[in-house]
Amino acid sequence: MNMRWTIGVGLLAGFGLCWAIPHYEWLDPYVQLVLMYLGINIILTASLNLVNGYMGEFSVGHAGFMAVGAYVASILTVLVFPEEGSAYYFPLAIMGGGLGAAATGLIVSIPSFRARGDYLAIVTLAFNMIVKSVLENLEVVGGPRGFMGMEQLTTLPWVYVWVVITIWILRNLVYSKYGRGMAAIREDEIVCDLCGVHTRRVKISAFLVSAFFAGVAGGLYAHLLQFINPRMFDILKSTEVLIMLYLGGMASLGGSMIGATIYTVVMEVLRAQGGFRMVLMPLLLIFLMLFRPRGIFGLKEFSWLIPWRDLLLMRQLRTRKEVPRASAEG
Amino acid sequence: MHLLKAEHVTHRFGGLCAVSDFNLRLEPGELVGLIGPNGAGKTTVFNLMTGVYEASQGSIEFEGEELVGQSPSEIHALGMARTFQNIRLFKKMTVLDNVRLARYAKLGYNPIEALFHIGRFRSEEKKILAHARELLELFDLAGHLGELAENLPYGLQRKLEIVRALASNPRILLLDEPAAGMNPAEIGHLMAFIQKIRKDFGLTIVLIEHQMRLVMGICERLVVLDFGATIAEGLPRDIQSHPKVLEAYLGEETPG
Amino acid sequence: MIYFLQQTLNALQLGSIYALIALGYTMVYGILLMINFAHGDLFMVGAFLAFALATFLGWSFVPTLLAAMIALAVLGVVIERLAYKPLRHAPKMSAVITALGVGIFLEHLMLAFNPYPRHMPELMPVHIWTFGQFSISSLQVLIIGLSVSLMVVLDWVVMKTKLGLAMRAISWNIKIVPLMGVPVNRVISATFAMGAALGAAAGTLYSMAYPVIDPYMGVMVGWKAFIAAVIGGIGNIRGAVLGGFILAGVEIGVAAVLPTTFRDFISFGLLLILLVVRPHGLLGKPRVEKI
Repeated sequence: MNMRWTIGVGLLAGFGLCWAIPHYEWLDPYVQLVLMYLGINIILTASLNLVNGYMGEFSVGHAGFMAVGAYVASILTVLVFPEEGSAYYFPLAIMGGGLGAAATGLIVSIPSFRARGDYLAIVTLAFNMIVKSVLENLEVVGGPRGFMGMEQLTTLPWVYVWVVITIWILRNLVYSKYGRGMAAIREDEIVCDLCGVHTRRVKISAFLVSAFFAGVAGGLYAHLLQFINPRMFDILKSTEVLIMLYLGGMASLGGSMIGATIYTVVMEVLRAQGGFRMVLMPLLLIFLMLFRPRGIFGLKEFSWLIPWRDLLLMRQLRTRKEVPRASAEG
Repeated sequence: MHLLKAEHVTHRFGGLCAVSDFNLRLEPGELVGLIGPNGAGKTTVFNLMTGVYEASQGSIEFEGEELVGQSPSEIHALGMARTFQNIRLFKKMTVLDNVRLARYAKLGYNPIEALFHIGRFRSEEKKILAHARELLELFDLAGHLGELAENLPYGLQRKLEIVRALASNPRILLLDEPAAGMNPAEIGHLMAFIQKIRKDFGLTIVLIEHQMRLVMGICERLVVLDFGATIAEGLPRDIQSHPKVLEAYLGEETPG
Repeated sequence: MIYFLQQTLNALQLGSIYALIALGYTMVYGILLMINFAHGDLFMVGAFLAFALATFLGWSFVPTLLAAMIALAVLGVVIERLAYKPLRHAPKMSAVITALGVGIFLEHLMLAFNPYPRHMPELMPVHIWTFGQFSISSLQVLIIGLSVSLMVVLDWVVMKTKLGLAMRAISWNIKIVPLMGVPVNRVISATFAMGAALGAAAGTLYSMAYPVIDPYMGVMVGWKAFIAAVIGGIGNIRGAVLGGFILAGVEIGVAAVLPTTFRDFISFGLLLILLVVRPHGLLGKPRVEKI
């Protein structure tokens, strides 16, 4: 129980800090901007981890969901919601973006019933391309020129709140029967089915939740940049999320946070290298993969993310195991 | 009433007839052995019973309910669990989660409750954790509960696979070569183990096995398959001297 | 009718290039079950190499093509040895991510030296024959003819030679084949070399047909070729060729009747429908899992 208090206090302190930093201008605006990108990257990476890491599928079109979220949220704030009090409607717009993305996630989950692995990768890739292509052909949202008019509603406290919500919800899902079902689908789909799991329902829930948070990230991104166009959400963006994911490690929310942080920071540090930034970054990635093929934190987890009841039981029984047992069965 | 009744079950892969006109009746509490030479179609019979394959012809009834056409998870929910010839645990999941997963369908909470850890989620997860712990303690696996299944030694992996099958409280347990890779002493333990779980869990067991000592030692009835067809059925001691069985295993006696 | 024939010719030209690149994807996948995401960028490097040889050394078509193919074969093997081989027993995804990394590396290394698009000089004089309203250029004949001959040679290598036998055996079971005395590493290197050389040929031909080249050209063409390989059934050599021509046919067909912005939409939509109906591609066989 102690840990829960610590986590609660830590979360509140984090929020206080995220509120105070812009309010008292403790940090350079540029650093604040990087922090907000970091938060968005964490949301993207952690949500992709649900499908790619926990469920072991290979979705390469995460930016497609992000695009849907970005456009839906932007349309809501610019065209639907009233201008005054836009800050109050902002969470609703983000939710709307998330729900829009989740609806497309539902569509993508259908081919996943039959296709797996590389074939599902193509489906998600095609989905990403189709989203981009549709947006380029929709004159209502500016077609290839893009869409603008959003206020800069994304602030550090908001990013913080959404990161916390994302990690919390994903962690809840991962440590439920659905999360166990996802891991079992990753390990052995046929046996998973034979163990009574409704694999379709599990797949749908993974894609829905993953797409929802990608949409949230898109909404936040759009209201940070105040301008979006279809090219921002192409396959390169998806690749970027994949890199953060595999850098941090599969099936680990902690890993996603670490991966997104390292990637964001390294990219900022390498900014000084100009054109060679994108030459050095993949080299770092390749070296990492050669020496740690499972990513930095693959299949591991921060203990504060694990439900305390599981943790408690494991600790209890681990200590007991060390005591030699008198009547061991032969 | 029979617990399970398979009638005229036939299954073809393309042109190949893997199982032809297979019949089986199970009484509650029975321990039946399914034997036959390699490639006789034994595992295919298990796959047909559990819904991995859908029988081309015939019917399989579980307490009057038709299984042919149902999905593996539906059949599992009726009370049929199995193990596999080559161990198929969820390797990168913990021992605890392997067991908890098998109770997926028994957990009565919905996705919303799961997303927020509210409502029935807490009580149900508490129950399942206690159940998994009890089961693992019963089988002396509790000390390994937080380990990844792939890190267990071979013998414990075999055991965990059986525990996982038992976790859903099945009525019928199908064991596919449980003694594979075991030495004679281990087989002795396994025989006692199977008898014990049958009694303690009130199971009806069908097992596929090549180890004649185990088959003859614990099975009450044997069904012999060859080329997908039942060639003999009866008490172990009758089967031992059945001419067709000898022929299937040893080949036809050449005259002269 | 003339218009249709003209477009068919265009589709054949584009399809040959897609097919050549798709072969590289499919060969590596067939043997290692790994998507070599860097392959599209090898195609790009091939195009730039051809550009450099033609522009700075003034080489003509044949030596340029051969040099580009040989150089890329070497590059393909080097990448395989340095980046993929150490990961052969690691989780499959780490090799895929490494491949993505290699691709980004190649793109941006090129970009650092060539920040602006380059114009490919003419490698050979181009004749245009006209039959009434129908016209055909010697370049189109060259592209289609050369691609098809390369495909025939590859098919012969895979189906009729000892090396091809070893490749097919490895694709069937990589664990058992070394026990039969097959030098697996050498066969895998040969596969990468052949795939990369075909990519270089595609790069050279592509830059002759569409003479503006830039470091990102491999991304889109690469993904398209990859899709072609999937349509045909990835791992299947004849499928890759079929997929390349089908995809090109669809793209040219769509562009002929709808605004070009719809091209990607329709071709990817078709791909999705195909995958839902035939998840293993047109000529691919599902890998049956035994229980």
